[in-house]
Amino acid sequence: MSATPTTTADAPEFYELTEHHHAPHGSTAIGFWLYLMSDCLIFATLFAVYGVLGGNYAAGPSPAHLFDLKLVALSTTALLLSSITYGFAMLNMDEDKKERTLFWLGLTGLLGAVFLALTLYEFYHMIHEGAVPQRSAFLSAFFVLVGTHALHVAFGILWLGVLMVQVAQHGIHASNRIRVQCLSMFWHFLDVIWIGVFTVVYLMGMLR
Amino acid sequence: MSQTKTVDHATASKMAHAHPNPAAHGDGHDHGTRRSYLTGFALAAILTAIPFWLVMGGVIEDKLVTTLLIMAFGMAQILVHMIYFLHMNTKSEGGWTFMAAMFTIIIIVIALSGSLWVMYHLNTNMMPGHNMDPATLLQ
Repeated sequence: MSATPTTTADAPEFYELTEHHHAPHGSTAIGFWLYLMSDCLIFATLFAVYGVLGGNYAAGPSPAHLFDLKLVALSTTALLLSSITYGFAMLNMDEDKKERTLFWLGLTGLLGAVFLALTLYEFYHMIHEGAVPQRSAFLSAFFVLVGTHALHVAFGILWLGVLMVQVAQHGIHASNRIRVQCLSMFWHFLDVIWIGVFTVVYLMGMLR
Repeated sequence: MSQTKTVDHATASKMAHAHPNPAAHGDGHDHGTRRSYLTGFALAAILTAIPFWLVMGGVIEDKLVTTLLIMAFGMAQILVHMIYFLHMNTKSEGGWTFMAAMFTIIIIVIALSGSLWVMYHLNTNMMPGHNMDPATLLQ
């Protein structure tokens, strides 16, 4: 007789039955953020490993013998500077200045390369001295933690190069914009991880 | 210019919150300004320089105090980077980036403190010689 509640026009609607429009790349930023958070957990476990094993030298070299804080200060400066240059690239991209965006991105990549070169030099130097990953638990944990970070930076530089080609060839359009924005998050995230590395591994290592 | 942009983003995220407006589904990300980047950089540089100075210069005799200080500076710098470079706030993407970050931080704290705590006690209590005084063993 009477209409059921589901058919009345003024009944509240609980479900979205129609497909509504999503802006392209509307969820890319949050998705990439979630990836970064999971990456953060990888580094958390590596830090935990280093925290547990960092004191087991097996009669081998200790941090005070191996680390050169001047070198670490230099690489930290390079990475910190690359964060601000990437920031300037983002600001120029927001103003649609293609050439300037490319300039700042290039400078960021260069600083990243300096950081990577310093890390590789340190690794080479340590291995040359016999401080290889299999020497002690401390060195295994050190090479895995710092190596994983360096690997991230290396892939970041590769990604940066690819994006620079994209922007140079196709200009700043919506897709490139979100790509550069994602790499921005990745790059700043790596700098955050590096804060943990230089504090826990290098500075606290010298105090042991 | 930059101010209107921030306002636009704020209203956009508010609209996305109130009703699912398709136009407001875009990026709710705040991009920051030249000023905010420079402020962040200055703070980060100071917060990096002080712990390096503390360790390289051997400013404080007590190693425990120095360790606690550089850890505090490290955490402060991480916070600065998250706010000024990663533009974290409680509003972007309707608060989901903030929620994800909080969840991650909780997991990290549990993983780190749990590992260190358990392994430290395992090390000290299971170490041969801890409860094995040769004098008592020979009796």
